Amino acid sequence: MSGLKKLNRREFLQKTGVASGGLVFAMTLGTPRGAAGAGASSVAPNVYVNLRDDDVVEIYCHRSEMGQGIRTSLPQVIADELEADWDRIELLQALGDPKYGDQNTDGSTSIRKHFDLLRTAGASAREMLVAAAALEWGVPASELVARNHAVHHEASGRSAAFGDLVATAAELEVPEKVTFKDPADYRYIGKSMDLVDGVAMTTGTAMYGTDTALPGMLYASIERCPVYGGKVRSLDDAAALKVAGVRQVVKLPDGTSPPAYNPLGGVAVLANNSWSAEQGRKALAIDWDTGLNAEYDSERYRQQLVDTSHKDGQTVLNRGDVQAAFEKAGRVIEADYYAPHLSHAPMEPPAASAMMHDDGSVEIWAATQDPQSVQGTVATVLGIDKSQVKVNVTLLGGGFGRKSKADFSAEAAWLAKQTGKPVKVSWSREDDIRHGYYHSVSAQYLKAALDDKGNTTAWLHRSVFPSIGSTFSAEATGPGNFELSLGMLDNPYAIPNMRLESGDAKAHVRIGWLRSVCNIYHAFAVCGFADELAHEAGADPRDYLLRLAGSSRKVVPADDGAEYSNYGQSLDVHPIDTERYKAVVEKVSAMAGWGRELPDGHGLGIAVHRSFLSTVGAVAEVRVDGDGKLHVEELWLAIDAGLVVNPDRVVAQMEGAGIFGMSLALHGEITAKDGVIEQGNYDTYPVIRMSEAPKAINVHIMEVDAPPGGVGEPGVPPVAPAIVNAYFAATGKRVRELPLKKAGAV
Amino acid sequence: MAIEFTLNGKPQSLDVDPQMPLLWAIRDIAGLTGTKYGCGKALCGSCTVHVDGNPVRSCAFPVSAVAGMAVTTIEGLSADGNHPVQRAWRELNVPQCGYCQSGQIMTAVALLQRNPNPSDEEIATAMSGNICRCGTYTRIRKAIHRAAGGES
Repeated sequence: MSGLKKLNRREFLQKTGVASGGLVFAMTLGTPRGAAGAGASSVAPNVYVNLRDDDVVEIYCHRSEMGQGIRTSLPQVIADELEADWDRIELLQALGDPKYGDQNTDGSTSIRKHFDLLRTAGASAREMLVAAAALEWGVPASELVARNHAVHHEASGRSAAFGDLVATAAELEVPEKVTFKDPADYRYIGKSMDLVDGVAMTTGTAMYGTDTALPGMLYASIERCPVYGGKVRSLDDAAALKVAGVRQVVKLPDGTSPPAYNPLGGVAVLANNSWSAEQGRKALAIDWDTGLNAEYDSERYRQQLVDTSHKDGQTVLNRGDVQAAFEKAGRVIEADYYAPHLSHAPMEPPAASAMMHDDGSVEIWAATQDPQSVQGTVATVLGIDKSQVKVNVTLLGGGFGRKSKADFSAEAAWLAKQTGKPVKVSWSREDDIRHGYYHSVSAQYLKAALDDKGNTTAWLHRSVFPSIGSTFSAEATGPGNFELSLGMLDNPYAIPNMRLESGDAKAHVRIGWLRSVCNIYHAFAVCGFADELAHEAGADPRDYLLRLAGSSRKVVPADDGAEYSNYGQSLDVHPIDTERYKAVVEKVSAMAGWGRELPDGHGLGIAVHRSFLSTVGAVAEVRVDGDGKLHVEELWLAIDAGLVVNPDRVVAQMEGAGIFGMSLALHGEITAKDGVIEQGNYDTYPVIRMSEAPKAINVHIMEVDAPPGGVGEPGVPPVAPAIVNAYFAATGKRVRELPLKKAGAV
Repeated sequence: MAIEFTLNGKPQSLDVDPQMPLLWAIRDIAGLTGTKYGCGKALCGSCTVHVDGNPVRSCAFPVSAVAGMAVTTIEGLSADGNHPVQRAWRELNVPQCGYCQSGQIMTAVALLQRNPNPSDEEIATAMSGNICRCGTYTRIRKAIHRAAGGES
């Protein structure tokens, strides 16, 4: 029984859910001795694992699956430490519940932030099973080993399947401390396990947010004000109510300011099926009070951002004296970079269903990245307690940050309460693109000084954009540090004089996180401008990146006065390491055959960017035809993400990031006129199709002995600048604005 | 008047608005949710089903137009989920979020039925009506080649 400390129930309750020391581990009660213990058919050492006496190990996935493969990678980690047999695992999707800790599937955190937690969950279950065998056999636990779903006693040759130890384990308390396996003994971590949901996803049985069917359910389609912040002035629903299948028309409460995750308001048509709801909606006559944002014109707004970026801003990092360096510099180069709003446009638009129960509680089925936020928002909207909101997490047909917002779940909950019937809310594609939480538009101003040897001696970078903070607070009128920390404050270049500044901008639409967030425009500007400086210096762009990175060292933004958040992690554990950065530059350029002879009209471009604690290098080869149109022939991506759990899923995320990055580089643009979003579907908001996909996306995972970094997002930021730099190499034309179609290159 | 057709080999009689897109008839009335909505305008291919063997964007195809015809959805593609295209998809772990993959698979099957050994260009032409926002295109291309090999 060594290593196990018995706690009484009270002590145990005190420990439940309390994070202490390095062991951030929300434990549930192991069934206490003498209660349900004896003869129990299962035991849950913690909230993530339930051991059953039929030899099945249930694993709860508390993170949302949206294509990153977490429903495969998460059980890999738990099962590995548990020594469970992959074929005797049953994966269950966890409900939204604070007992699981952080469930917000955002920020590429599922592995990087939870790796130790998941290992602990598996290891504590393993140690309980070992302790159970020790008790049954009267031998010291130290003589026992768990291997492949059984506990073995080498000396006596005895062994017992996990399931046969459950009844005894149920009488034990969970261990207070656990010992992790030797990584050399990993059986699943580091292996490319096949997708847990592969069969469901290829046979049509996978269930997404829009697939929920409840008895007597109404299908809701909601007309929202074309201008963000507008309200219903008057409504005539007579024609809508005459449409066959339409059951009810309900006006939603007006949206709030700031919007947070509250519903936008509007008018819902509820019907027997999706088609009737849609037809009824078309028959609504609504007079809108479009409100303050009706003057929003993204072209005019762009000029405001650019103007702001040309004025002194708030200094957020300062090293040396850029002004003095500019004054004595041989050459000074300036550039304006600009990137527009983007829409997430996941293949499954936002969708959620809700049903009220007799006790006043509500049950939700949602394609949500953040079920606890659904609990909170729905509780507020319905005026009930969070504990009265049960959230079932479905698969997500893409998320990219859109589905971390609870607004559509709250719409479903509110309508279920109003109608007294189960309600499914499914957004149309147009709803999704016209009423999103948009990736922020941004103007970036850069200025650099070069000495006569071509060294960059000064770097001034101003970043101007409306903040995600504006979605939550009227006071947030400019970039927050959490946003500047995304690819600006962690500039790794060894430039003696550097000043980074931010400039304010007021939001006129809801702003939200989109896959890799501010890293998109920061990497676009920083990596594009670095390429410009290389050419100004007469240097090879790849060699120049190595020069800019300078000596091998760990960059500490605080040394230059910056408040840098490093994705919530310590710089000691996850440093800004220029040695690792340079290794990525060298690897990805070697993969692409950098420097090789290229056919006429072809060009190679390189960009390297650290985000979410991982560094990704991208090389693009483009072909530009006689008509000036660009084609991305091939992409090479090298990622340093430290330890990786499932290499094939990391490769898949890099392949996907290549396409996602191409979409925003070539096509992605949301604009507004008179406050109305001008795009609406995949014809006006195109994304990359197979006809535009590169012939290959070649991925290499750097072998680095370091803790895991993020994977879902870091592949995106370097793609656009690599393509823009390749376009310059092919044509001599410098593009400083996304998307490339604006320059006639698509 | 009820519209009669065959859905995955079984006779169906749906008493719905004849203008209702086949997609909603399949999903909301017949209750098969493997076929997905993505755009409602035949722009993305998520809703692809087979009508008498031909790939059709069911979101922009009135249910009345399938009267007397045979409709096959992802659920009816194979009895055991082991159509060579489904197998190839799994062997290469093509899906990410998986949402568009029903439509991708149905389009790929239709392609292979009329062209058992397509080139990259032919695959791109046939598949470019199907959007995958996760960006699984390079794997889809490989999986189609694999399924083609497996079928020949």
